[in-house]
Amino acid sequence: MDGIHDLGGKQGFGRVRHAPGAPAFHAAWEQRVAALYALAVRHGLFNMDEYRHAIERMEPRHYMAAGYFERTLTSLATLCVEKGVVTLGELERRASGRFPLALPSAPGRSNASHREHFKAGDRVLVRQDAVPGHTRLPAYIRGKQGVVVSESPAYPFPDAHAHGVAAKDEPTFDVRFHSADLWPDAVDAAFVHVGVFQSYLERVA
Amino acid sequence: MSEPSPPPNAIASVEHRLQAIETALAERGVKLAEAVEPAAQMAPETWLPQSGARVVAKAWTDAAFRQRLLANGMAGVAEMGIEMPPHHRHLVVLENTPNVHNLICCTLCSCTAYTVIGLPPDWYKDLEYRARVVRESRSVLKEMGLELAPDVELRVWDTTADTRYMVLPTQPPETQGWPLDKLAALVSQDAMIGAARL
Repeated sequence: MDGIHDLGGKQGFGRVRHAPGAPAFHAAWEQRVAALYALAVRHGLFNMDEYRHAIERMEPRHYMAAGYFERTLTSLATLCVEKGVVTLGELERRASGRFPLALPSAPGRSNASHREHFKAGDRVLVRQDAVPGHTRLPAYIRGKQGVVVSESPAYPFPDAHAHGVAAKDEPTFDVRFHSADLWPDAVDAAFVHVGVFQSYLERVA
Repeated sequence: MSEPSPPPNAIASVEHRLQAIETALAERGVKLAEAVEPAAQMAPETWLPQSGARVVAKAWTDAAFRQRLLANGMAGVAEMGIEMPPHHRHLVVLENTPNVHNLICCTLCSCTAYTVIGLPPDWYKDLEYRARVVRESRSVLKEMGLELAPDVELRVWDTTADTRYMVLPTQPPETQGWPLDKLAALVSQDAMIGAARL
């Protein structure tokens, strides 16, 4: 989905709040929610793609205003409600207040019907896919060309795995893009490497 | 005296929301609740940049290990007793040189090889870094105190799949021959993300 989470290349943000040596956690509840979500994944309550997608489905103003660990909490609670473990009414009664969850999911999809195997040096085009469900294709590479640098082991296909849709695991390819090909108008000179799932790619003749 | 009740339409605090979901899970016999406390205590003590720093120091001093680490990052860190979670199936170690600088990020969420380089810092997870790092890479680095010469090639790695990355910084020349623990103490988390050079 073209959600608020897909931030790569968005302009207008201020300075990075770099704070070397700052602790990873700032409150006990942050440690607890991180632990609870990790345990829920380990116990098979939901998978990492479902977890990520439930964060992406947060109402945009809530997503922007929430810190990292509030997003974790919202995803965890949303998935527990959607999977029938608990109702929103019970959560709000126990919390003595409103418990904002993520918005409902749209359908996912399985692997692309035609997938090619690439090797280092192959020139590839990122397909113009704009799906309503989960995807790990960042919008900033859509329709762009790059060069395959290497291949990673097969992973569950996120567009399916976040939605309970059957799909084959597929490799991802490390694709190198010139930053000036991604943003011809305003950009710093760099190579941008993205791990791109096989279903998102086609060969450039 | 009991606490005053919040207005009925107010959003509950994050602490109350967390407590609600923890209690609800515990009452359904989901055996998570009793594991939360030890897991919460373990995270900040276990997933520390010092793990990756030991790997870097070893790679600086042991050429054969360095080759194994660059060829297969997961097997390399496993030699040092560092595990990765099951959904991370590949670790790519990115070698900095005097002319090449690597920088890692996750624009879609905040993925990292946290068991190796430590839990990500706030700034890595913030919207500013995620939005700007792929497009305004050199400007972002400069603001963070690292000004790269124009002839240094910059490679930004966006963690969009479950392959993970760590940067292998260049060893400062004056540290040749130092013992491992003294070398490891030089290696910051920023250096393994690529936000700093040593």
